[in-house]
Amino acid sequence: MEALLATAIGVLTACGVFLILRARTFPVLLGLTLLSYAVNLFLFASGRLHLDAPPLIRAGASYTDPLPQALVLTAIVIGFGMTGYLAMLALRALAESGDDHVDAGKDS
Amino acid sequence: MRPHLPILPILIPFAAALLQMVCRRLAWQRVIGLAAAALLLLASGWLTQLSDDGLLRVYALGDWPAPFGIVLVVDRLAALMTLLSAVLGLLTLLYASAGFDERGQHFHPLFQLQLVGLCGAFLTGDLFNLFVFFEVLLLASYTLLAHGGGLARTRAGISYVVLNLVGSALFLIALGLLYGTLGTLNLADMASRLLLPGHDAALARVAFALLIAVFALKAGLLPLSFWLPPTYTAAGTPVAALFAIMTKVGIVAILRVQAVALAPAMPDLLAGWLTPLALATVAFAALGALAANRLRALAAWLVLLSAGSLLLTPAQPGDQVAAAAIYYLLQSTLTGAAFFLVAGLIAGQRGDCGDDFRAGPPTTTWVRIAFLVVAASAAGLPPFAGFVGKLMLLTTLRQTEAGTAIWIVLLGAGFLVMATLARQGCILLWKLPTPRATGPAPAIAWQRALATLLLVAAAPLLAIFAGPLGDFAQRTASQLHEIGRAHV
Repeated sequence: MEALLATAIGVLTACGVFLILRARTFPVLLGLTLLSYAVNLFLFASGRLHLDAPPLIRAGASYTDPLPQALVLTAIVIGFGMTGYLAMLALRALAESGDDHVDAGKDS
Repeated sequence: MRPHLPILPILIPFAAALLQMVCRRLAWQRVIGLAAAALLLLASGWLTQLSDDGLLRVYALGDWPAPFGIVLVVDRLAALMTLLSAVLGLLTLLYASAGFDERGQHFHPLFQLQLVGLCGAFLTGDLFNLFVFFEVLLLASYTLLAHGGGLARTRAGISYVVLNLVGSALFLIALGLLYGTLGTLNLADMASRLLLPGHDAALARVAFALLIAVFALKAGLLPLSFWLPPTYTAAGTPVAALFAIMTKVGIVAILRVQAVALAPAMPDLLAGWLTPLALATVAFAALGALAANRLRALAAWLVLLSAGSLLLTPAQPGDQVAAAAIYYLLQSTLTGAAFFLVAGLIAGQRGDCGDDFRAGPPTTTWVRIAFLVVAASAAGLPPFAGFVGKLMLLTTLRQTEAGTAIWIVLLGAGFLVMATLARQGCILLWKLPTPRATGPAPAIAWQRALATLLLVAAAPLLAIFAGPLGDFAQRTASQLHEIGRAHV
């Protein structure tokens, strides 16, 4: 379980970083999305992994830490909004310069 | 009212933003915005006055007790920074109300949300909440940066947004690591747990290093500062002026984390690398200023220069250095913002020539005098606040390990900036084209004139009141370090 999660986070981060370093806006956007997936999984794991445990404290039952789940929820919402805004900005740059390069329309 | 004062600097602009989203008429939005900014100024001024009694005001949101709930913590530094945000917010908003806000939609609500983010980031005592307020101010800044449109802004916006999204990802990783190792996100609680055995010290160290890297990205430390000059150059005049405080958010965060958590638990984390990088930032910014081809670009490089100078301080021990940093921070924020506003006025009066460094139509006399004042203050010449701030930094940093290098770089950079400002100022303000343009310079809207004059007046005023302000900065720095020492 730990190895699987760690591998998934690692692969997502690696792909995300690779894509962020590309020169076109669409791969960069995808890269940021992958990176935010990796970060969300990582945050989720910061409360340690528990199987079949609710995020509630009840007598005798095992429970999982609810705080990372709340953090992930916040991070997802913020990340989604930011990515949406970036997509709009990239489209606007494409419309204004006719080019989807991250440095679109640079004079020099 | 009084027990709820700490939350007011967040609530006032937030309520104004909501109201402005309902009242869509620009005239109403202006009135609401300016009234809210004035109220914010009153509230934060009151808060600063109260905070001078040295008590640490902890405001528990929803009345949940500290390690479980989220708290706002008001010390002198937090109150002072909200006051600074309020002053800057009111004046830049006044400037923007003379027509800049008509160039796109939703300027006013976004401006208020930016103030929410700024005040929240300064007041919060919880690291995840700090992340949330960072995102609030960043989201507002993304859209404010694009306000007015144009390819230059869109392009600067893309790299700014991408970089900050990566920064946010790193911030979250750092928070995850900290929560995983220390089991808390409250900064004070974290600092006390760092001193207890039983956690993975190496992992906590990595987490704090990541956190500092994120703050350094916001502050513009050298390998992470290439986004700053193009972004600030592309932003509209009042937006760029408001952004003068954005780098300071990162610097205050570094100062606070260093004093509260790092100094007691891992004092060597910043040693050895922060000061050389900050020196490199100062040198880089001075060379950039020399190469700038527009007044606004020059102003952007000067913002970077002041950020670099401030980043010299967190790695140095002692209250004296921190006190100098706080005074320098105050004056450099106000002077930097004033510089952008003056550049905007000059560009507005020179028609097609804009603020490019070439001969153009003449400008009004008082604008030239305002330029002289901000330029002298930015170059660190007496008798203005820039000189006092630089003197305080230099005298306190002389005793430190890297004192000689700091003196050489800061004074060299100051000389370069002075030479640049003198040369480009002459070209910009005195060199007239042939044939000479006729007719008076275009009139300046009273809002712009008033906002610029008040901000420019900060340079002599901060120098005149340098005594009491320096004492206040000293008390602020002592309180900041006392919080750290209280955990030991």
